[in-house]
Amino acid sequence: MDETLAEFFRRTILKIPMTEMMTILKTWNFLSENQLQTVNFRQRKESIVQDLVLLCEENHASLNDAAHLDIIYTQFHRHQKIWDVFQMSKAPGDDIDLFDMEQFKSSFKKILQRALKNVTVSFRDAEENSVWIRIAWGTQYKKPNQYKPAYVVYYSQTPYAFTSSSRLKSNLPLLGQSFETHNCTTSLQEGSLGLDINMDSRIIHENKVEKERVQRVTQEIFGDYPQPRLEFAQYKLETKFKSDLNGGILAEREEPLRCLVKFSSPHLLEALKSLAPAGIADAPLSPLLTCIPNKGKNYFKIRDK
Amino acid sequence: MPAVVPSLVGTEDALLQQLADSMLKADCTSELKVHLARSLPLPCSVNRPRIDLIVFVVNLHSKLSLQSVEESLCHLDAAFFLGKVAFLATGAGRDSHCSIHRNTVVKLAHTYRSPLLFCDLEIEDFRAAMAQRLVRLLQICAGHVPGVSALNLLSLMRGSENPSLEDL
Repeated sequence: MDETLAEFFRRTILKIPMTEMMTILKTWNFLSENQLQTVNFRQRKESIVQDLVLLCEENHASLNDAAHLDIIYTQFHRHQKIWDVFQMSKAPGDDIDLFDMEQFKSSFKKILQRALKNVTVSFRDAEENSVWIRIAWGTQYKKPNQYKPAYVVYYSQTPYAFTSSSRLKSNLPLLGQSFETHNCTTSLQEGSLGLDINMDSRIIHENKVEKERVQRVTQEIFGDYPQPRLEFAQYKLETKFKSDLNGGILAEREEPLRCLVKFSSPHLLEALKSLAPAGIADAPLSPLLTCIPNKGKNYFKIRDK
Repeated sequence: MPAVVPSLVGTEDALLQQLADSMLKADCTSELKVHLARSLPLPCSVNRPRIDLIVFVVNLHSKLSLQSVEESLCHLDAAFFLGKVAFLATGAGRDSHCSIHRNTVVKLAHTYRSPLLFCDLEIEDFRAAMAQRLVRLLQICAGHVPGVSALNLLSLMRGSENPSLEDL
């Protein structure tokens, strides 16, 4: 194996904390169970890493395999990176094309390789129809620097792409172009919003009509497909205090009441979507909550009109 | 004997569903048919059997659930308040999640002269015990227990279960 490649393997594996080592290696699935068993994991870390690199050499590991390992490591440590999010917009008159992941990957790679001679592009599919793209940049005369790759995570069912790496800024127009050929699709996945209505005939649900109305309204607003994963939404209120009660200290004030409301959840939009069907809120929900995907933002400033 | 029919009224469908399931599993010598409603009045329906007991379920974590129950109460025929109404408050166990004070529901039950029961419906064992209790209550309200009427029961329950507000 090429010395620089071996060194890249060594450094990549060395980065992995011992507590995650087995999980990551298994996810990578490049070294077999038998091979892993031949390694003594009770040695000093440097020795373990050396043994693993030797195994990689045995298996004729390529740069592509190393890149995959790097992607997996980054997926496990995604929270350590800072991500920018880009929203793609459709030009008027664009058709909604059906999205083909393989076609996307192939054309994405081609565009980058055509424009920049020295570039390594690797892909790994992930949850919720997303793909992780690892790009190692080189120059006209220098080979790609594998130690400072950029990552792009594209959720194919949405117009959003997440990017990480400051070096990306100069190459942004090129990336934008690679996305342009693939408009995002709204190929909806069928998912049901259904409440689990017990089929026991001894239980009779009154208000069926109301239930159906709530379902319908919720579906109209949120759609049938899984919501984009969002963890919080923040509303800065600068509005005058309004009260039903006459008088009261706050009611008299001319200045706006400054107040910050933050909603957080492991999956905020799914949580909001389930509020009305669960009977915790009325349907339709406040447009301040439901506009989040449309407006593409989760920081709001609310002032009196 | 005709079936005994409780009506569980509350905004949170999942809780009502679970309680209904538990009631169906409880011991009951009569046939049981449980109605679940989000609020009153019930939609106009021709073939509704007589309802023997109405249980208003309030989730102490949800102001909406209280509000909905308060609005529903206005639509209930006065005759029901002679022993055929009960309030059930859930969620008291998780104090930090409560946005309704215990006293609010105590006052509500007192205003409507009806018993108030507390039970964390999310906990299966508590729910099963409460379901059994409700079924007993139901059978009395339906007149299936000779010698005890709904009104008798109400006056019996009032003594021990609902301290008057002065005692709080």
